[in-house]
Amino acid sequence: MSLAADAAPRAHEGASGSTGPEARGAVRRGSWRLLWLLVCLGVLVGVVLASIAIGSRQIPVGVVIDALTDPSTSDDEHVVVRSLRVPRTIAGLLVGVALGLAGAVMQGVTRNPLADPGLLGVSAGASFAVVFGISILGVGNALGYIWFAFVGAAVASVVVYTLGAIGRGGATPVKLALAGAAVTSFLLSMTTAMLLMDQSTLDEYRFWAVGSIAGRDRDVLTQLAPFIVVGALMALAAGPVLNSLALGDDVARSLGSRVGLARAFAAASVVLLVGAATALAGPIGFVGLTIPHVARAITGPDYRWVLAYSMVLAPILLLGSDVIGRVVARPGELQVGIVTAVVGAPFFVMLVRRRKLAEL
Amino acid sequence: MTALAVQTVRRARVTGRARGLSVSVVLAAVAFVLFCLSISIGDFRVPLADVVPAIFGAGDPAAQFIVGELRLPRALAAVLVGAAFGLSGALFQTLARNPLASPDFIGITSGASLAAVFGIVVLHASGNTIVVAAFLGALTSAAAIYVLAWKRGLSSYRLVLVGIGVAAAVDAGTAYLLTKARIYDVQSAVVWLTGSLNGRTWEDIRPLALAMVVLVPATLLLAPSLRLLMLGDETAAGLGLRVERSRLLLVLLAVTLTALATAAAGPVEFVALLAAPIARRLVGSPLALVPAALVGAVLVLGADVLAREALPTTALPVGVVTGIIGAPYLLWLLARSNRIGTGG
Repeated sequence: MSLAADAAPRAHEGASGSTGPEARGAVRRGSWRLLWLLVCLGVLVGVVLASIAIGSRQIPVGVVIDALTDPSTSDDEHVVVRSLRVPRTIAGLLVGVALGLAGAVMQGVTRNPLADPGLLGVSAGASFAVVFGISILGVGNALGYIWFAFVGAAVASVVVYTLGAIGRGGATPVKLALAGAAVTSFLLSMTTAMLLMDQSTLDEYRFWAVGSIAGRDRDVLTQLAPFIVVGALMALAAGPVLNSLALGDDVARSLGSRVGLARAFAAASVVLLVGAATALAGPIGFVGLTIPHVARAITGPDYRWVLAYSMVLAPILLLGSDVIGRVVARPGELQVGIVTAVVGAPFFVMLVRRRKLAEL
Repeated sequence: MTALAVQTVRRARVTGRARGLSVSVVLAAVAFVLFCLSISIGDFRVPLADVVPAIFGAGDPAAQFIVGELRLPRALAAVLVGAAFGLSGALFQTLARNPLASPDFIGITSGASLAAVFGIVVLHASGNTIVVAAFLGALTSAAAIYVLAWKRGLSSYRLVLVGIGVAAAVDAGTAYLLTKARIYDVQSAVVWLTGSLNGRTWEDIRPLALAMVVLVPATLLLAPSLRLLMLGDETAAGLGLRVERSRLLLVLLAVTLTALATAAAGPVEFVALLAAPIARRLVGSPLALVPAALVGAVLVLGADVLAREALPTTALPVGVVTGIIGAPYLLWLLARSNRIGTGG
């Protein structure tokens, strides 16, 4: 596993690396990465417990564990944990996993360090389609509008990528980001136009548009979870493909990859993940942007590891932001989408300032 | 040989200037027709023939009141806002060397939106307070973007990308404010966010008109240095231009124009984006400031007339119409500008 994981980025070093000290180095690096992944998983468990314990009503961790293992219906705190905090935390986990993986896959497919479902208009496409479903076609429940979210996310991502990739130099960061900003702004103005006519949808929309995981129904969660699970499996399976795409289309082709098919497969996973996450939580930006960079800083460029780390780190960021949002604005709360924007925007600016952007 | 070349260049320049002039005259005429149409239509219809006399205080007293107090300020606001957006769009696009670098996309109007929504939903303010808040909001976010994008000089790609990042964060703040407000306030905030000319009075447009009297000549005065900057920083410096200083001045002008227009009417989508490329096509030269301002005025006037007439019962905000008109053009522009390699 660990040897195979190192094979792709080392392909350019030739075939001599299969034995000797280099191979042992690779084994050591592999187990070191596994160790860190376990540490991150530990942190994630801690954040999950914090997310269940912290809120407008503090619940001791002991009681949380009791409520999870031996629930009683008469205990108020147990009821809070099981009916409010646990669904919210599960929603955070799902959305985090989805956005982290989607960001990593998008950055790999477009070879663009600034790719993010929020910035490249994918979330805006899903939002627009959902509002269209609710406001014009009268779709009422999440299982109804998930399909709108998928279609919207798919169309928007194809449009943005096509527009950004036309012409000399392919999809450069600036071209893609501008295409994303332009399409987002167009979709937002269409969305607003629909909302102006329709006060009740506007009232729903404004709470959904900030990006929040509070008060999500168990039913909605169970309906949307399969989409995220399938999307996540597809994204993880796309790791080797992303590794060969990272070498450039020509090299990837000469190594035997079917480049177009690989892109389509990876893009399909992004659409599933972002569509479901947006239907569940509304548009949440910057998670998909920042997490893969952190993951890459820990693991190096191998996408199999980047994806695995993104999948663990992103829910840490999302649930952590959600907990912060509950703590800083007592007795109310700051929605998770606001917190991730406040945390993520400085990171984005730093990334833009730090170096030349065409390095992926 | 050289004499012939000089003659050819001179002839090309003269034809170019003549074309610019004739395009400007035609655009001004179109703007004037739309201006009169905008004054004529509404619940109380003023016949087109009576519009000009009514403006100068002649004719039917009822028509005089409606034109003088209600319709004229609105039509003037449309002209001024359109011209300001058109001019600032032309400046930004030329400075960033990217036809998509419109102030709507690179974060400048976002700051105005956040400040205005704060004024509407938290302070429950209206009128001048909102105008001032939006103006200051636009200036603040522009300053933040400029500072954050500065790193041993200003590169256009950093300016654009930092602007997009700042816009995303600031928009999150606006969305948050909307969740905290009463639904009634939210509705008026959303109308503001779309861009609307409803209920503009003389008081609203006076600051904008005064500022334009100063800013438009200033922009035209700086046009030669903008032409030099278009040749590239090194060439411009070689020709004796103080590059960073001229660029700062031009950015300052563009930002002020955007801030004023946004403060007066809200972020009317796509006008700043569309005006300059349309003007360039009409004139056939890479820089067309006056035509861009006129195209902006025509766009906003026309969109406002459409917005008021489209539905029998309600007057839509003008931004809805510019959004719908702008979208297909935007997609075409994106595709085309990337193909010819000026997209970044």
